[in-house]
Amino acid sequence: MSFTVFVPCDSAALAAGADEVVDAIHKEAAARGLAIDVQRNSSRGMFWLEPLVEVVTPQGRIGYGPVAFEDVPSLFSADFLNGGQHPLSLGITDQIPYLAKQQRLTFARMGITRPLSLDDYAAHGGWVGLKNTVAMDGSAVVQEVLDSGLRGRGGAAFPAGIKWRTVRGTTAAQKYVVCNADEGDSGTFSDRMTMEGDPYMLIEGMAIAGLAVGATKGYIYIRSEYPHGIATMQTAIAMAESAGYLGANVLGSGKAFHLIVRKAAGSYVCGEETAMLESIEGKRGIVRAKPPLPALEGLFGQPTVINNVITLASVPIIMAKGAAFYKDFGVGRSTGTLPFQIAGNILQGGLVERAFGLTLRELLIDFGGGSRSGRPIKAVQVGGPLGAYVPESQWDVPLDYEAYAAMGAVVGHGGIVVHDDSANMAKLARYAMEFCAIESCGKCTPCRIGSTRGMETIDRIGTSKNKEQQVHLLRDLCNTMLHGSLCAMGGMTPYPVLSALNHYPADFGLETKEAQVL
Amino acid sequence: MNSTQALPEQALIQQLVQQHADEPGALLPLLHDIQDKLGFIPASSVAAIAEGLNLSRAEVHGVITYYHHFRSTAPGKHVIQVCRAEACQSCGSEELWALAEKLLGCNGHETSANGMYSLEPVYCLGLCASSPAVQIGDKLHSRVNQAKLTRLVKSLESVA
Repeated sequence: MSFTVFVPCDSAALAAGADEVVDAIHKEAAARGLAIDVQRNSSRGMFWLEPLVEVVTPQGRIGYGPVAFEDVPSLFSADFLNGGQHPLSLGITDQIPYLAKQQRLTFARMGITRPLSLDDYAAHGGWVGLKNTVAMDGSAVVQEVLDSGLRGRGGAAFPAGIKWRTVRGTTAAQKYVVCNADEGDSGTFSDRMTMEGDPYMLIEGMAIAGLAVGATKGYIYIRSEYPHGIATMQTAIAMAESAGYLGANVLGSGKAFHLIVRKAAGSYVCGEETAMLESIEGKRGIVRAKPPLPALEGLFGQPTVINNVITLASVPIIMAKGAAFYKDFGVGRSTGTLPFQIAGNILQGGLVERAFGLTLRELLIDFGGGSRSGRPIKAVQVGGPLGAYVPESQWDVPLDYEAYAAMGAVVGHGGIVVHDDSANMAKLARYAMEFCAIESCGKCTPCRIGSTRGMETIDRIGTSKNKEQQVHLLRDLCNTMLHGSLCAMGGMTPYPVLSALNHYPADFGLETKEAQVL
Repeated sequence: MNSTQALPEQALIQQLVQQHADEPGALLPLLHDIQDKLGFIPASSVAAIAEGLNLSRAEVHGVITYYHHFRSTAPGKHVIQVCRAEACQSCGSEELWALAEKLLGCNGHETSANGMYSLEPVYCLGLCASSPAVQIGDKLHSRVNQAKLTRLVKSLESVA
């Protein structure tokens, strides 16, 4: 009999040596005269267990991990092909608490299916949303997305349905759907996992958007740091097109939708939507002033829906199961689920999809298992490089857009970076300013010059005799950046800086009182 | 670069320019193609690109120099990218960066004197749950500690 073994092809598995494990499995099977079918699946998102090798058994898939190529002979000796016990045994993968405690809607297929298999996608609920869409009027589709309460998952949390309605209401020879896959935030990888692991979900979401608003062309702007994501999306688009899910006649609807992948070129600020449009148009990624809104005058001056990968990837399940189903998850105006990404100095880093409303403490302790170094967790940056550092006193605030905004923080794209007590928060605050100086597009003064002045001022807090004066300057500068910048790059860099200053004054060599001047 | 090598290079650039000429917003895809083929975008190609896409040379030069990904000079035999973003910092990437400079014998954005290595900072490879991350050529490595980086660089010496 033949055995089926799954080894993920996600970048995080490859970086941990998944290809070497596959080679070792083939070699060992050949040496033992066993017939083995090794399949490459997406990742379950439990990255401390990668490469996670799974074997198909009558009880379900049984996992082993993290497997190094040196472990492979002993796995065979332990009869892992029949689920045998081994020091790396994890039991039935679906029952691992980290997975069992999640609410996977968008990431339901992640780690289970083979990324490019159209059969796998269809067998696990794929294309249902698109089929429903084809049978509906575009305005009803827009209404469904509005009713779901889906908000932009890229960070700004703007209601997706309102953008769609605006674009649908325009008259233009050409409208566009642009997917922002420029996932540059440190601590985030849900877009990468989606593109590498479940590309048809994104394609389906974009096709639904195109049909709903009357756009016949879509672009996916993917960062150059994600070569595997780019390659997978390109192949998936070609396969979806030949199967009739994209192209001149989407599912026989008589409507066209074509998709093009655009490779970015390493500019962080191109994750800002108007800078991204400039970049797709072949220019420097300089932020545009708004208005005009991209929904009215976007790509090449035409009405354009711009959404993040996870926003668009959330649409198929909304169109498959209905707005009410999706809206049932979450709290208040934060409806649905968010794939949180636990990263940095954390024991069990990975992807946790849960409804809004759980707390940081649950993510850090129940899922994450505390710091990887074993030292106490000191600060947690939520929402990427432009998000605030959240001290332990705020770990019990529910993760929803409004509750986080109320305490001067952001949920953003759901990235969570953990630092232990060896972190120096003044250094990290300086880094935030430095990163802004490196990546600023240069169009507005608060961001272009403020970031460099910010670095200098933080340095002077450390060396100056009159520290209070420097703190006053820094706060004043942050105020200018917050209110005077053209986009979130300069406008949110003060979040990490001020939160570090407010919660960790000692790292700046300050007494609490000194840090509070202004 | 001598003239015998320069000729096919210009021909290649012309060919790529023509391939992209009718594409909306063609400049970035074209620059990627050139860099993928040649390893960098030679200054001598700017005029041909500008003419082919009906842009000014300043616009082309501006785009090449704006984006971190595009290089105007040839990289070393091996390009080593060390992630310096927050998630990697939290697990020791700054110490790793200092070690990389020492092992490779060059600073960031530079190529070692023997032409073997180019060291580049990168701000996120999307491997933030298994940091620190390093990319060598097109191969990714996660959870890179000092010993692992030393071993990886050693292994490059043998494929010199």
